[in-house]
Amino acid sequence: MNVLLILIPVALFLGAIGLGAFVWSLKSGQFDDLDGAAERILMDDDEDEVIT
Amino acid sequence: MTQAMTASSKDPYVRLLSDTEAEAELHVPTMHCAACISKVERGMPEFEGVNYARANLSTKRVKVRFNPQLVSLDDVIADFDQVGFKASPFNSEKADVEGDKTAKELLIALAVAGFASANIMLFSVSVWSGGEMAEETRSLFHWISAIIAILAIAYSGRPFFRSALTALKAGGVNMDVPIALAVVLSVIASIYESYRGGELVYFEAGIMLLFFLLIGRYLDQRMRSKASDAAQNLLALKAVPATVIGEDGSQTTVPSEQVETGATVLVQTGMRLPVDGEIIKGVSDIDTSLVTGETVPVKAEVGDKVFAGTLNISAPLHVRVEGRGEDTFLAEIVRLMEVAEQGRSAFVRLADRLARSYAPVVHVLAAATFLGWWWYADDPHMALMRAVAVLIITCPCALGLAVPVVQVVASGRLLSAGILVKSEDGLERMGNVDTVVFDKTGTLTLGEMTLINGADIASRDLLMAAAIGVTSRHPLAQAVANAAGKRRIPMMDSVSEIPGSGLVGELKGKTLKLGSREHVGHVTPDAATGPELWLRIDDAAPIQFRFSDQLRPDAADVVAGLKKSGKRVILVSGDRKETVERVATEAGIDEWYGDRRPDDKIEILEKLKEDGATILMVGDGLNDAPALRAAHVSLSPSSATDVTQTASDFVFQGKSLTAVSEVLTVTHKTRRLVLENFALALGYNVIAVPLAVLGFVTPLVAAIAMSASSIVVTANALRLKMGAAK
Repeated sequence: MNVLLILIPVALFLGAIGLGAFVWSLKSGQFDDLDGAAERILMDDDEDEVIT
Repeated sequence: MTQAMTASSKDPYVRLLSDTEAEAELHVPTMHCAACISKVERGMPEFEGVNYARANLSTKRVKVRFNPQLVSLDDVIADFDQVGFKASPFNSEKADVEGDKTAKELLIALAVAGFASANIMLFSVSVWSGGEMAEETRSLFHWISAIIAILAIAYSGRPFFRSALTALKAGGVNMDVPIALAVVLSVIASIYESYRGGELVYFEAGIMLLFFLLIGRYLDQRMRSKASDAAQNLLALKAVPATVIGEDGSQTTVPSEQVETGATVLVQTGMRLPVDGEIIKGVSDIDTSLVTGETVPVKAEVGDKVFAGTLNISAPLHVRVEGRGEDTFLAEIVRLMEVAEQGRSAFVRLADRLARSYAPVVHVLAAATFLGWWWYADDPHMALMRAVAVLIITCPCALGLAVPVVQVVASGRLLSAGILVKSEDGLERMGNVDTVVFDKTGTLTLGEMTLINGADIASRDLLMAAAIGVTSRHPLAQAVANAAGKRRIPMMDSVSEIPGSGLVGELKGKTLKLGSREHVGHVTPDAATGPELWLRIDDAAPIQFRFSDQLRPDAADVVAGLKKSGKRVILVSGDRKETVERVATEAGIDEWYGDRRPDDKIEILEKLKEDGATILMVGDGLNDAPALRAAHVSLSPSSATDVTQTASDFVFQGKSLTAVSEVLTVTHKTRRLVLENFALALGYNVIAVPLAVLGFVTPLVAAIAMSASSIVVTANALRLKMGAAK
């Protein structure tokens, strides 16, 4: 019984963190361009490289 | 540059952030891969005055920030040209910000509901399975569930509560009323039950209901914003810039809707006319195919009237802008479209129709259960719990998902076939089409000329004609050049174009003339059999080149396929009767009308409607736009004029006409799947409702029934994906 009093808040808290992270990422526009996000992973980070 | 600055400061497309920074959104339709993104995002800031560019691949728009002191929006668009993309300004104020916001709100509500139902389910499952659970533990679990449920429902339920309240205030009932009632009642009853220390609580049922319904709502909203995105991008294309010549001879570029009546506009060779007007300087050929359906360019000189949307082929023209009065061609088209629009609003979506009759049934059932048990068992608490069970069971999780899931899958399948769904209820309206009406030029045919008597022409003459023809933009001259194929075309020593007549040039000491029969001095009065060109080498006899606008390669097959599936196929065109008849015969269409003006086309459609036909109109010209609106549902090729694309419900890409049959197949299947889903959802109710009325539905059963029916409906919708792979 006692262990539940710790575990339940912990479980809820962890879930809430996940929810908060999702809401934050949504509000900061990370879901605005899903097609673009899928393509951007293919882009090189090297600024020097010649882009053809 | 100073002139550019003043132009940009009052530009409707530009938003000033500070004195040295302005922001604009541009529509860049050709952007489609990672390389494109990096070209835009890294290439653009290298230009002078451009600070920042951010591409959005989903909406095909780019946000740019630039220094308005140094450059104008036109310069930025020119920079895009250099990077290799065609950009057009996009008026973000007109954009569907509202729709985007709603979609985001729904997504957050969905996330909260998902989080809450997962956590409450954690407690519920322990209660259901923990047979030897102490009463205090169970009570604790119930109260924790209650707290989560109340908070989550208060937040996630808002879209439903709001809509239910609006409906009630207006004195009506919509689907959201029973939903809101079920959720609120289940929570209140469960709180009371927890307080009494009872076993039956429905916290998870209430929040799960919201979770499933929100999925449906979100998908539906996304369909809507995607459709309106597509429509807005097309509107952006309408912003053709016009070059206005001032009295002092200065040239300024302004959006075409800002050009004033009486101003003089310069139309370069190869450009579409931005305005209606009268030619005051210059002679040229005008390609009116998109406006009137006429395939052969017409000669235009000083004093002739020209219309917006037509293409200037051979020489620059000065055009005096005519009044935007009621008598311009575009105004007439718009007026006809507005009239046609009114006939359309009567359409009610299937889901709404169902909801209208379903909601009262749910209320009556729940009320009857409550009163019945109260009277029979004299236990208001037990009666209330059973009524809540009825409300939860009847609540349309599966019904809410039935339509949006199918439509999302359908539009995905159409998109992969190159067909864009532009209106949100187009899929549904297309479902029971029985008559297909085609336009001719550019729809059934390719809208471009092909040489048809190539076999009768000596290869040397063809090469000569190609040599001189390749230098012109005139579609017939281009067709001659294309007919020469991959063979090496000799280079002309000199060429000059006489607008409206033809070309004259020198090649290895020979004088070549290519053009109309008057141009080459051919006077034999034989009847012309369609579009033609004549070639004369020095003083030799002139040689005739004949052309026709070829059918799309698969037009005949598509028409045959449509007929086979029992559709009535009709051809209506603004072109001359003989041409229309020939095309109708080639395509295998028995019913055709030629020489029809835009209002005649509408009349034909109205007559068909009166006979009870459900019409799909396929067309591309400006003259088709009103007819596209008047039909039940419409489809345009992506080569169509912007107004036309805006008017139609679907837009298809590519040269193949199979898009027509693909759309019909997919929408037909969509309709069937939607009906199947309704049947599944209602069938589940037929079984579950009696159980709920009799009191056999425990929270566990409700949870299983809800999830199972939603999954079945979704799985059924995914069947549409099968058969798409080729």
